[in-house]
Amino acid sequence: MNHETLDDNFQIPPPERIGAERGSLTRIVQEMVFTVDHKTLGLMYIASGLLFFVVSGLMAVMIRIQLAVPRNHFLDPDVFNRLFTMHGTAMVFLVGMPIIFGFANYLIPLMIGARDMAFPRLNAFGFWVFFFSGLLLYFSYLGAPGLYAAGSAPDVGWFAYSPLTAKAFSRGHSTDYWTLSLLLGGIGSIATSINIIVTTLCLRCKGMILGRLPLFVWMFLVVAFLVIIAMPPLSACQIMLILDRYCGAHFFDTQAGGSAVLWQHFFWIFGHPEVYILILPGFAVASEVIPVFSRKPIFGYPVMVAASVMIGFISLGVWAHHMFTVGMTSIGNTFFAISTLLVAIPTGIKIFNWIGTMYGGKLRFELPMLFCLAFLFQFLIAGLTGVMLAIAPFDWQLSDSYFVVAHFHYVLIGGLLFTIFAGLYYWYPKALGKMPDFKLGLWHFILFTVGFHITFFPQHISGFLGMPRRIYTYDAGRGWDLWNLISTIGVFFQVIGILFFVFNLIYSYVKGKKAGDDPWDAWSLEWATTSPPPSYNFETIPEVRSRRPLWDLKHPDDPDWKYE
Amino acid sequence: MPGPPDRAGLIQQKKAWQFWNRSCRPEGDMFSGLNRIIFCVSRRIAGAVLWLVLAAFACSPAYAQDGGQMRPVADMFQPLSRPAEMIHSSSMLVLAITAGIFVVVTTLLVYVVWKFRRKGPEDDLKEPPQIYGSTHIELAWTVVPILITFVLILVTSRTIGEIQNRKMPENAVQIRLVGHQWWWEVHYPKEGIVTANEIHVPLSRRDGAGERPTELILESADVIHSFWVPQLAGKTDLIPNRKNRTWIEPFATGTFFGNCAEYCGTQHANMLLRVIVEEPEAYERWVQKMKAPVPVPQAELAAQGHKAFYANSCVNCHKVDGTNARGVFGPDLTKLMTRQTIGAGVAPLTPETLHAWVRNPQTLKTGCLMPDMKLLDSEVDSITAYLLTLK
Amino acid sequence: MTAAPAQSLEWKMPSTRKVAVISLILTESALFTIFLVAYLFYMGRSLNPPYPSQVLTFPLFATIALLSSSFTIVFSEMALHRGNRLAFHFWWALTIALGAYFLWFTGTEWKHLIFTEHLTLATNVFGTTFYSLVGLHASHVIIGLFLLTLILVLSLLGKIPADHTEHIEMISWYWHFVDVIWIVVVTVVYIISIRY
Repeated sequence: MNHETLDDNFQIPPPERIGAERGSLTRIVQEMVFTVDHKTLGLMYIASGLLFFVVSGLMAVMIRIQLAVPRNHFLDPDVFNRLFTMHGTAMVFLVGMPIIFGFANYLIPLMIGARDMAFPRLNAFGFWVFFFSGLLLYFSYLGAPGLYAAGSAPDVGWFAYSPLTAKAFSRGHSTDYWTLSLLLGGIGSIATSINIIVTTLCLRCKGMILGRLPLFVWMFLVVAFLVIIAMPPLSACQIMLILDRYCGAHFFDTQAGGSAVLWQHFFWIFGHPEVYILILPGFAVASEVIPVFSRKPIFGYPVMVAASVMIGFISLGVWAHHMFTVGMTSIGNTFFAISTLLVAIPTGIKIFNWIGTMYGGKLRFELPMLFCLAFLFQFLIAGLTGVMLAIAPFDWQLSDSYFVVAHFHYVLIGGLLFTIFAGLYYWYPKALGKMPDFKLGLWHFILFTVGFHITFFPQHISGFLGMPRRIYTYDAGRGWDLWNLISTIGVFFQVIGILFFVFNLIYSYVKGKKAGDDPWDAWSLEWATTSPPPSYNFETIPEVRSRRPLWDLKHPDDPDWKYE
Repeated sequence: MPGPPDRAGLIQQKKAWQFWNRSCRPEGDMFSGLNRIIFCVSRRIAGAVLWLVLAAFACSPAYAQDGGQMRPVADMFQPLSRPAEMIHSSSMLVLAITAGIFVVVTTLLVYVVWKFRRKGPEDDLKEPPQIYGSTHIELAWTVVPILITFVLILVTSRTIGEIQNRKMPENAVQIRLVGHQWWWEVHYPKEGIVTANEIHVPLSRRDGAGERPTELILESADVIHSFWVPQLAGKTDLIPNRKNRTWIEPFATGTFFGNCAEYCGTQHANMLLRVIVEEPEAYERWVQKMKAPVPVPQAELAAQGHKAFYANSCVNCHKVDGTNARGVFGPDLTKLMTRQTIGAGVAPLTPETLHAWVRNPQTLKTGCLMPDMKLLDSEVDSITAYLLTLK
Repeated sequence: MTAAPAQSLEWKMPSTRKVAVISLILTESALFTIFLVAYLFYMGRSLNPPYPSQVLTFPLFATIALLSSSFTIVFSEMALHRGNRLAFHFWWALTIALGAYFLWFTGTEWKHLIFTEHLTLATNVFGTTFYSLVGLHASHVIIGLFLLTLILVLSLLGKIPADHTEHIEMISWYWHFVDVIWIVVVTVVYIISIRY
């Protein structure tokens, strides 16, 4: 946001005059509220995502404490049910989505050589709609009991299967908070995604043909398309649920011929693409970080693009693998098992291509790279357990057990969160102009990785031993005690790891070394401008001739465009 | 409730060990040749791992009554019923394949990370050779996953068909299982028996003559629940306004533990299900016992309780055959004392727990739909005495 | 930005508005698809009357009106490109009139269904899915009419310069989309489901 005046004598009448003093709290709030700058909005997205991350992470800690020992009395069943509902909903809609949109907002214009997103005001709209949907969801703790003093926060699970959400089984307004919050959040996500699509397709700098887009941008393009196709089914679901609850409609009313399974279809038509919406940005970060720290271009760029697009397409046709237990016909089950297994192919290709990128390189184990390596290992496990879950008969055993809990935490933490950390450390110097502290980051990495595996690996086993998910307590002697205890112990490693992370973010901003424009010796356009970038991003809009414009600049004798 | 590992627990562990070490012939003879070798090896590996798993905890059945051997550890890798065994067979193949992929890719990853690490500052002087891709290599690692996927698809489709399209023989036991917020209603339509939370089924034998599977028709009275007894079968949901169907065919006696596996509200955690597998003769005895009429209690306290039961609103929700109690919202109490647990598995059924339940069910199972009836102390005593006669 | 020979290609990107409206249409189509699927899924599953065959009649004039409004808006645009403001205003106003007629028809149809046939959102699953699907479409007609009217007023006030014709084109795209959706809705609701 720093204005650099070209001539000391020339004074632009600063718009700041209108408001409060520069640097004062009012001024900062004022800037945040009125900003339409993609970088500021991106940082606001990430910051609020991290805020919700801490809150719903603490909820998970409480859940784990309750489950540490059998027949624990730490939490009441209702409180527990609200916690896991809020934890799940918040982690997906208030943590995962905003952080990836934050990355998209901040980086896409910089990477494609644009001055801002295509619709800056729509961008601000998207952020504020998301932010208020988050506040609305959390406000349910206070607002939902209403005059009836019925349940406070929603307690129907993050996929809220009907008819548990019907008025008869969910009294009061808790479910309405959930519904309205997701409806609102969906509108924000769609707005932002349309913005991403338009920006990517229409604002590329000269020479940035689609075949030269950074993989990061490509994957976000796929994500944005998935959002605009998959999010409306969720909105439709929510509209139907509101009509059911307030206007006496019968979409999911089983007493009047409605169908409980229809909700599951509609929800998962959204819900499964949502998983790819969340994991493709992880791939996006890894596809930027791994090449730079291997000192090699990405291996097989066209195949990586094709695999991402293919994942996007296939993901729209696999939703019912969440529903193998609802009693579909054997043909239905077989179809969805097959379509799900097909996803393994492009995903496998990606993992091999990342390894191919590292092969023959000179790997630098900086913080982003460490997180990406852990991501590769963890995502491999997540992918393989995903294959197990795709086998419908195996899924009849595994579905809704702790094995599933372990699986999707390996996807969303081991896959998404680790790459988010990688991305935050990687672009921290660009956004704030300071280097993140390596030692603190290393502690964060070690504690969090170890804690993550201690927490979630045993859950595979308790799932094998028949432990269903979402139970607030269990009896001793069913073989689950030890695994749950280990799991709970692991959580505290993660908590300490996160403390290191948060401390590092603040410490490095205050005390960190100056970063310079291009601390990692990277190749994409965002490193061509200053750190932090000026509000107009580039003094002159660059022109590119290859996928790695900065490589061309640094190696005029051996530029990339000769080979592509 | 937790106790030291007792004999039954130890025996179970020992049996598990034997199970994993005995001949590698998969039941149903699904595989041959190479598949069988993969299967055997994978079963040995998985067996060893599982033994470690089992050895790590001392499993002790919390409470034992009639019902034979307690099997509280619902381990899906120790299937004791036909559909569970079929799932197990195909899942072992999947585990072997995924384990293979895991080992190969992890080795590759570790090798690459180690081999191509930055060795020192001299590495920063010159960039490594820039490789953009290789059609041949990429084709290879596209084709291999496609082939593996193809194998998995074949196995999956076959197992799905075999389990879902199984025709039930004439002599199959039929059970209608209705899910309620937080208990299971069990009907035997052919026998005219109604009970709750515990299913009795006869043992089946692998030879054709003694084969006697049990078919379960699954329904729900309110929200979605899910039937899951891992050692007997995979799960199938109980969905309102829909009839689902599954089947079990146990090859071992004992009490098998299961849970509701679809989140169904406050007390989802305490919606436990037990399946008691008995020798055919014992099963017939149980059927006869369940069909026998319940005598009117003679003892003084129980007779008082009988009156109190009908004077209070108990009868609005509960049913006792041959009396005016015809409620349908709560569990059928006709043969209450034949069950092992109370409150869908929240506690063992003993005079003490029954007394506590009658006094205030909310203390045992917070949020359950039976309210605190605010009975007088004398009523609690007498109604408990009456209920104890229902067997 | 490299020392390489200068690129001589002409750099032309697609229009942001067009891409945005296409994306919007894509996302709206997904929304309509779900409501359509719900309608098809519950076809013939109502437990109590009234059923579609008893109460629905094919909305011939409304359909003709809405479909022809797609043509009038094209004529209007052509006039605009020729620079003929008068013809533009005429065809544009006609489009609004046709759309308003359609909306008026839906209103009277609903009034009839609610007060004479006693079919409401809460009557049965037919009522639920019918009102939500047709209502969703009608709400899009309302949005469209609002936008059309806004353009007409601004244009009459002379607030639309000649280089803003793309905005007008975008609104006509949206209007075409509303029409196409109606073709699907009318086929499903008034032709296919009328057998039940």
